[in-house]
Amino acid sequence: MAPRLTLGLLLLLAPASLLLALLSGSIDIGLGTLLDSGSEPLARTVLFELRLPRALAAFAVGGMLALAGALMQVLLRNPLADPYVLGISGGAAVAALLSMLAGLGGLLLAGNAFVGALVSMLLVFGLAHGRGAWTATRLLLTGVVVAAGWGALISLILALAPERGLHGMLFWLMGDLSHTPPPLWGLLACGIGLLLCLPLARDLNVLARGELAASALGVAVPRLRLLLYFIASLLTAAAVTIAGSIGFVGLVIPHLLRLLGLRDHRHLLPGCVLAGGSLLILADTLARSVAAPQQLPVGVITALLGVPLFLYLLNRRGGGL
Amino acid sequence: MSTPLLEARGLAVEIGGKQVCTNLHLEIHAGQRWALLGINGVGKTTLLHTLAGLRAPAAGQILLSGQAIDKLPRRQVARQLGLLLQEEGDAFPGTVLETALSGRHPHLGRWQWESAEDIALAERALAQVGLAGLASRQLGTLSGGERRRLSLATLLCQQPQLFLLDEPTNHLDPHQQITLLELLAAQTREETRGLLMILHDINLASRFCGRALLLFDDGETLHGPGEQVLTAEHIARLYGHPVITLDGPHGPVYLPA
Repeated sequence: MAPRLTLGLLLLLAPASLLLALLSGSIDIGLGTLLDSGSEPLARTVLFELRLPRALAAFAVGGMLALAGALMQVLLRNPLADPYVLGISGGAAVAALLSMLAGLGGLLLAGNAFVGALVSMLLVFGLAHGRGAWTATRLLLTGVVVAAGWGALISLILALAPERGLHGMLFWLMGDLSHTPPPLWGLLACGIGLLLCLPLARDLNVLARGELAASALGVAVPRLRLLLYFIASLLTAAAVTIAGSIGFVGLVIPHLLRLLGLRDHRHLLPGCVLAGGSLLILADTLARSVAAPQQLPVGVITALLGVPLFLYLLNRRGGGL
Repeated sequence: MSTPLLEARGLAVEIGGKQVCTNLHLEIHAGQRWALLGINGVGKTTLLHTLAGLRAPAAGQILLSGQAIDKLPRRQVARQLGLLLQEEGDAFPGTVLETALSGRHPHLGRWQWESAEDIALAERALAQVGLAGLASRQLGTLSGGERRRLSLATLLCQQPQLFLLDEPTNHLDPHQQITLLELLAAQTREETRGLLMILHDINLASRFCGRALLLFDDGETLHGPGEQVLTAEHIARLYGHPVITLDGPHGPVYLPA
């Protein structure tokens, strides 16, 4: 399929998934209610104050994660990289869990998670930069080790936390969209992130061939690496702050789109925002309706949906990766 | 005489405490073809990357068409100087045509897409290296020799004035070696372009390059016209192995004794 056609279909998928999210849930609301401004107030409240903000937040988070994943994969030139591989979500998680232990919630918790993510970002950057060359391998190893450190702290906090707090902590760790702040900031961050990346897209095509090859083709590699690191990290930090560490979207969406033919980053990056956002809306809709009134953590759904879909595409194309 | 395409002034290069060269003065002019010869590990690739401005020299200066290369934006360097790397890894899939088109990168503006002319240029470059039929193939399905020729096609697409090539004949069969070296030689016959290539085959070096730069293990260098530099005595000292020369159809033939 031509890349532009794929991109066009993704452009349709986004509003379609948004509509589905608005219309499904424990209260049955039809298309008529959505369009008719004089309809029942309860239904309108559910639609515009619960479902719509949540779906938009899901779109922003999914878009940012997929975009950050694509950037990290090129930055580290490793197809296994995802937004969390360098420990950003770990830093955010430790800060978030500590805030929960201290009884904080809402914006304070989100703010602390964001600060935790930034601390981790700067820590990894400082350690990887250190002395000597800043190679992709060195950055990856530093990030993986710092992430392992955060992982140990997370386990420690979980072991020491009182039992009544555990449920909330686990949901945060798996990724959950039921306590999201207003979606405007997330959408804004996602849009700004994409706008910052698009002018770099052709540079990314060349960087994917190797740092030396990219330099030889006229890319200012050190500057590009810095930009990629900070854009990807800030996108991840924003996503994790909104919804906890939702797994899988950031790893799989970029590969999924590459398998669908969007190899050029000028197609891939906007494709990631659209597909990541849409997939997370759909996953979240399932998460809150499959076992209603019980809500499932959306991270579980993304993995359950993503694993078979990805394996199918991988096998269909016969080892394009 | 005109400004050289590339000039090294008092160049000293070091890697891992080893002196690759000291006080090298070298001028590569348009129309010239240089061979860079030396034993394994002597620092040929390091010197080539330094000349391309990809690593800082220990001392001295490199001028690209008269301008200090480390002061020029990489994009501008890439429009004048093309580098063929020894090996290229590809972490992500792509097609042959997409890869060849990446040679146009330094010529395109930030928001510009490859034009029909760029695509025609890439297709012509692929045809020149004998890969015309493989344009839509995935990189992963290419053989070592095909990948080598693709790298060369990418370089042709880049249209630099100066070619710096790290073992361009790697992975190539004898027929492809000659075809591609003839193709490269033809590029420099226009008298606006020059090249410097690392080779391990003295016979190819003397046949295709009018000049040679010898890199000795002790950090000394010797360079000049082939007939003065590529003597049996110098070659024997270069490789630490005696050679004999015979008269061949393209000039002297070197045989390791």
